[in-house]
Amino acid sequence: MSLVHLDVAAVRADFPALARTVRNDKPLIYLDSGATSQKPVQVLDAERSCYERHNGAAHRGTHLLGEEATDVYEGARAKVAAFLGADVGEVVFTKNATEAINLVAYALSGSGRLQVRPGDEILITEMEHHANLVPWQQLCERTGATLRWLTVTPEGRLDLDHLDSMITGRTRLVAVTHQSNVTGTIPPVAEIARAAHEKGALVLADAAQSVPHQPVDVAALGVDFLAFSAHKMLGPYGIGVLFGRAELLEAMPPFLTGGSMIEVVRMEGSTFLPPPQRFEPGVPAVAQAAGLAAAVDYLNALGMGNVAAHEESLTAHALDALREINGVRILGPDTTKDRGGAVSFEVEGIHPHDVGQVLDELGIAVRTGHHCAWPLHRAFGVQASTRASFYVYNTHDEVDALADGIRYAQRFFGAG
Amino acid sequence: MQLQSMYQDIILDHYRNPHHKGLRDPFDAEVHHVNPVCGDEVTLRVALKDVGGEAVVEDVSYDSLGCSISQASASVMSDLVIGRPVGEAMTISQAFLELMQSKGEGEPDEDVLEDAVAFVGVSKYPARIKCALLGWMAWKDATARAMEGTQ
Repeated sequence: MSLVHLDVAAVRADFPALARTVRNDKPLIYLDSGATSQKPVQVLDAERSCYERHNGAAHRGTHLLGEEATDVYEGARAKVAAFLGADVGEVVFTKNATEAINLVAYALSGSGRLQVRPGDEILITEMEHHANLVPWQQLCERTGATLRWLTVTPEGRLDLDHLDSMITGRTRLVAVTHQSNVTGTIPPVAEIARAAHEKGALVLADAAQSVPHQPVDVAALGVDFLAFSAHKMLGPYGIGVLFGRAELLEAMPPFLTGGSMIEVVRMEGSTFLPPPQRFEPGVPAVAQAAGLAAAVDYLNALGMGNVAAHEESLTAHALDALREINGVRILGPDTTKDRGGAVSFEVEGIHPHDVGQVLDELGIAVRTGHHCAWPLHRAFGVQASTRASFYVYNTHDEVDALADGIRYAQRFFGAG
Repeated sequence: MQLQSMYQDIILDHYRNPHHKGLRDPFDAEVHHVNPVCGDEVTLRVALKDVGGEAVVEDVSYDSLGCSISQASASVMSDLVIGRPVGEAMTISQAFLELMQSKGEGEPDEDVLEDAVAFVGVSKYPARIKCALLGWMAWKDATARAMEGTQ
């Protein structure tokens, strides 16, 4: 196991939410960062200071506040670009990862050289979050293209045995998760991207669960598009990112249209700005961008390698602790190899809702249900599961509390 | 610990030994309802009969997958509505809905709701109200369809 250089006590002191108590005056044990992370005071301060000092509409007007807001917004873009190893013009701010993926799916059904046509194919996987699944179903419905998908092995890995035959000359895009929100599985995206590019297909990675938790370099991954949300990486709600290679963004028609994204508007028709502004209509979410920039600073200060090592250590502990409990079945890889810190499991004889309710009573927040990955649960032959997901502020004691909580639930319901 | 107030023994008993479970013939309408948050689902059938010009619930049968609350609630619901005139059963259904919307403050009438009074604790947990209502909503839907079919 790698050495962890992360002062968890110091990190926890930065998160006001972790100081509160929950039901029965229990301290909060927050194991639901896969759904949304808690926010450090640095991010909250950045948003507040933006509203207090720089609240003007970015990219319009001539007054000082507007100029400062523009600087904040574009400064955030530069910071995100550096975080990803991308050029600043390749970072599009969206509402969230879901909107970023929809942007690409919409652009591919619009006019231009990227247009998907009847007979074309889109390849996805059974492991996807609905956000990287439903937009592609809809794209195929709009265009007459065919949706195909890679299946999942019983261990929760992508079945890549047929990758070469699944990517055909007709495949226009391969959309794959960079880290499963259910099993934590990290598919070999770079390998998939190489195979896709050999056949002339584009590649989109859903990085909602990877960018917050591991170092991500878009060039090393070799992807054409990558999407994630700020709120899962210590940042605010309401802002997300689409990375797109410059020449692709340039070839894409706009998605949402209106102010800010136009070049010239006449009653007869309009022309549009170059990317990334082409894809950012309306007054920009400046305070949210400031919060995202502060989150990037916070993660950079910790070091993404340290973040990943800390989570790997917690995940290893959780896998060991859960394996020891009779009647608990872990969905997905049972080692930390190519696996992030989301651990979903079944407790025999107890529905996940009931497991979650008992844990909540103990102050432990987990996710229950299908986690927006219904087909993956179907592939595992389960209706729903309970998920614990870890982040920078979680401790080994909290992992032990989870295991104790599961045993308590088993006693309460007379199972196990 | 408030767990016991939510998971009262009545609820756990119905969960472990659900009443009227399993799909039966004949039936007048069948519906399939899901809770999209968790994937819990119920397939429910209603058979009505005409008693002196009044529609009476002759049978409710169901097949379901779900948590203790949704399973127990469907079981309690079937006890409450089978054998009753549809109008009366709808009144009970309304009383149960109001109980679920009471945020734990409801004072349910045991003469009306019988075992269903045990769900008052559930109404404190917004995330679980849908679980408790899944079977009831399916029954209302199926009954409305059956009534249309008989008109």
